[in-house]
Amino acid sequence: MKAIKLAASEGRAVHPAGEGALVVRGLTVSYGEAPAVFSADLTVPEGSMTAIVGPNGAGKSTLLKAALGVTPRLSGQAHFFGEPLGQVRRRVAYVPQRASVDWDFPTRVLDVVLMGLWRDLGLLRPVRARHRQAALDALARVGMADLSDRQIGQLSGGQQQRVFLARSLAQGADLYLLDEPFAGVDAATERAIIDVLKALRDEGRTVVAVHHDLSTVADYFDRVALMNVRVITEGPVADAFTREALQEAYGGRLATVQIDQLRLGAT
Amino acid sequence: MSDFVVLSLVPMGIGAFAAVACALPGNFLILRRQALIGDAISHVVLPGIVAAFLVTGTVAALPMLAGAAGAAVVAVLLIEAIRRLGRIEPGAAMGVVFTAMFAGGVLLLERSDTSSVHLDVEHALYGNLESLIWLDATGWSSLLDSEALVGLPPELLRTAVACGAMILFVALLWRPLKISTFDEGYARSLGVRTVPLGLALVVAAAVAAVAAFDAVGSILVIAMFICPPATARLMTNRLERQVLLSAVIAAVAALAGYVFAGYGPLWLGRADAVSAAGMIATISGLMLGVACVAAPHRRRAGEPAAG
Amino acid sequence: MLWEALTLQAGYNAALVAVGAGLLGTAAGAAGTFLFLRKRALVSDAISHATLPGVALAFMVMVAFGGDGRWLPGLLLGSALSAGLGLLAVQWISDRTRLNEDAAIGAILSSFFGLGVVLLTVIQTMSSGRQAGIEDFLLGATAGMLMSEATTIAVGGGLAVAATLLLRRPMTVVAFDPGYAAASGIDVRRIDLATMALVLAVTIIGLKVVGLILIVALLIIPPVAARFWSERAGHVATIAGVIGGVSGYLGAAISASAPDLPTGPIVVLVAFAVFCLSLAFAPGRGVLAAFLRHRRFQRRVHLRQGLLALAQGQPVLERYTLRLLARAGLARGDGVPTEAGRAQAARALRDEARWSEARKLHAHETAAGRYDGLTPIEAVLTPDEIRELDRRIGAPHAVTP
Repeated sequence: MKAIKLAASEGRAVHPAGEGALVVRGLTVSYGEAPAVFSADLTVPEGSMTAIVGPNGAGKSTLLKAALGVTPRLSGQAHFFGEPLGQVRRRVAYVPQRASVDWDFPTRVLDVVLMGLWRDLGLLRPVRARHRQAALDALARVGMADLSDRQIGQLSGGQQQRVFLARSLAQGADLYLLDEPFAGVDAATERAIIDVLKALRDEGRTVVAVHHDLSTVADYFDRVALMNVRVITEGPVADAFTREALQEAYGGRLATVQIDQLRLGAT
Repeated sequence: MSDFVVLSLVPMGIGAFAAVACALPGNFLILRRQALIGDAISHVVLPGIVAAFLVTGTVAALPMLAGAAGAAVVAVLLIEAIRRLGRIEPGAAMGVVFTAMFAGGVLLLERSDTSSVHLDVEHALYGNLESLIWLDATGWSSLLDSEALVGLPPELLRTAVACGAMILFVALLWRPLKISTFDEGYARSLGVRTVPLGLALVVAAAVAAVAAFDAVGSILVIAMFICPPATARLMTNRLERQVLLSAVIAAVAALAGYVFAGYGPLWLGRADAVSAAGMIATISGLMLGVACVAAPHRRRAGEPAAG
Repeated sequence: MLWEALTLQAGYNAALVAVGAGLLGTAAGAAGTFLFLRKRALVSDAISHATLPGVALAFMVMVAFGGDGRWLPGLLLGSALSAGLGLLAVQWISDRTRLNEDAAIGAILSSFFGLGVVLLTVIQTMSSGRQAGIEDFLLGATAGMLMSEATTIAVGGGLAVAATLLLRRPMTVVAFDPGYAAASGIDVRRIDLATMALVLAVTIIGLKVVGLILIVALLIIPPVAARFWSERAGHVATIAGVIGGVSGYLGAAISASAPDLPTGPIVVLVAFAVFCLSLAFAPGRGVLAAFLRHRRFQRRVHLRQGLLALAQGQPVLERYTLRLLARAGLARGDGVPTEAGRAQAARALRDEARWSEARKLHAHETAAGRYDGLTPIEAVLTPDEIRELDRRIGAPHAVTP
């Protein structure tokens, strides 16, 4: 029997809670009448770096948001480190799309990064020197330490993205979920961000990023999930980032020539 | 000078408390692009008090306040329901709800016998700030006289409590309000319950509006929800400063407006005072107008700062 | 009484007012549609509240020149000037400062209205009793209307309807897709301006009938109600015109039939009733229809997911899915598939495989784009094409439980 690849069907039934930093089972999300994500399965092992890849409108961002409970889901489950999100929020950091917020909001860079400490600060605990230091350290990691006093509306796109990353770093999480972190940023920022993400992975943390640049998948990530409404395939880049899977995810939109130029997994 | 204490001190206090109470939640409404929720809430106060009067048969303060608050909550829920169920943009949903409820209020008012009580559309719109005088006062010393203090108009205590409640609300929920106003998706991922929080904000605004309208009228309530926070937004780029500034601006507008309404016509050689609520709203609009042409942070980020 | 009013036999004035209100409602509904589709419905709230200082000033000016002060065309001219000024101020604030349009609307409507109230108190002190006519502008009053006033309203309403008919094409294009409109040579700014002018005109004409607080309702409620019945901008405008016209006519007639029935609120409540019916029962966008559709959709998603799980021998995790499968006779309560369940599961899995294969083929690119996890492939491909897919997948095979 020819392999009909439905992600969870890798030969074994997966326990609902599963193992791994993030395990999604049968997740369906719909805006209106057509599902944006249909019955998606995803398994992200701890300490891995995973790209979620697919054409526009494939439901990549929606998958992340629904797993995090930011967007309501129609069916399905998501477990983080074997627990529902509510138990382990401290260990999970979300980096939304840069364009999802109003950058005209009256606040400074440092204040945005301090938002990442919400779990420690709570409603009324005062911001102490160590909190400020944690936020400044996070900014330093993304090369923004000197801009901590800057009004956020004065940042470039790349700087905005770095601030968002710093906010999640300040959280000190073990799993980082990033929505299009490289969209509309300059080359230097892309380099800086990927360095930080790789450093996180080397510390044993887990990174998941919605990504749209096929040419950098193999360089940046060690695992990939290709999706187009469903998760078509997932696994180590070497196994899952194949010509066949790409063609299934992108259809005719991806010319053979383009695929030939990619660094693929198994050929 | 005793005239001032009897006639002006209390209305000025009420005006300032009411203005600050409305301006505080107004800051967040403006940043969330919900400024006109304040408009909607203040329009539905009228049907609320008319309904309360028809049910209880009195114009006592408590049932009126309860009716107004109930109407505000009903309006907010209806707006949400129409927005979500009918997939209608929020502005239009508000327009449908508050006009229909206001029309219902006017109709009820016309159909019921309210000639014996002081209940009419004009009162709900303009309030009666000027008439809230402190008859028991004889001068500044009355502030220490417990007997005279008992005679203070109840609106003073009511608006002061509302003002205190708004300060408490904003101070307690400062962080979640700020995070969820800036980045709702991120706030949710942190576990902030953004939907109840948004509802709490609107309910707080409704409480402020209800406590204030009966003294200062709906029109001033709308003005104070929007003008001082908008003015403050153009003066600073820090939320903390914006909120503090908006309170100061609201209080200044209330005091200056009251003084201009009471004494301005005298200076112009006319005998009679003009509507204090109207004048306060006008002053707050003028302050915003000045800020629009001269405030340091009036431009959107990314646009040239000068010119 | 009501019947007479409805058939225009309750007096010449009442008939004129009813016709005028009907025309006004039609124009307001149609003009309001373009505002609503541009997501600027509440701009009308700023416009209407901003009329008050103009009315008051016009009154004061006319009195200062020795007139009566209550001459309707003069008052309307004043209201148009100050409403126009308010509209410009809203535009200026939202264009030139960092404040959003909703904040600008709220600021302008409250401060202009506040100024109007101040001026009203000035008029009250000028000479007692003479301001009576002006306070009518707040809530409208058609009872005891002069014939000249009724004529003004009827003529104004007619002109507004004519202007709407004339401009409906470009306004529809602009409301639907401003970018496309600009590309096809329509001056979007001019059309926007014309829409605003029309809204302004409707507001002014409506002042005396429904009052400045409620005229907003005529500009917003009919378009919102009409939106439930059609997806096409032109149709929405037409339907909104009809709803507005009927509300205006009915409202004025009902109001004329008995005392203590103020015209403005009745007109608004009739429109609101139409809105409620539309919200609940309109096919397509109505709440009832949407709710039923959503339930059906959710059931299909769960069933399909359940079948695919059965087909691959995985446990069905969600209780709702399991219940649906059991109810359809596809699985037992403990999740073990029945004979029919196995057959359907195999079919679902086969369908997925065909879709999966179709996606790889350039020829089926458009068709494959319609994949949503629910549509069977038979709906988008011909039997021949499906046979070809099957050939590529390999021989049909049954799923073993």
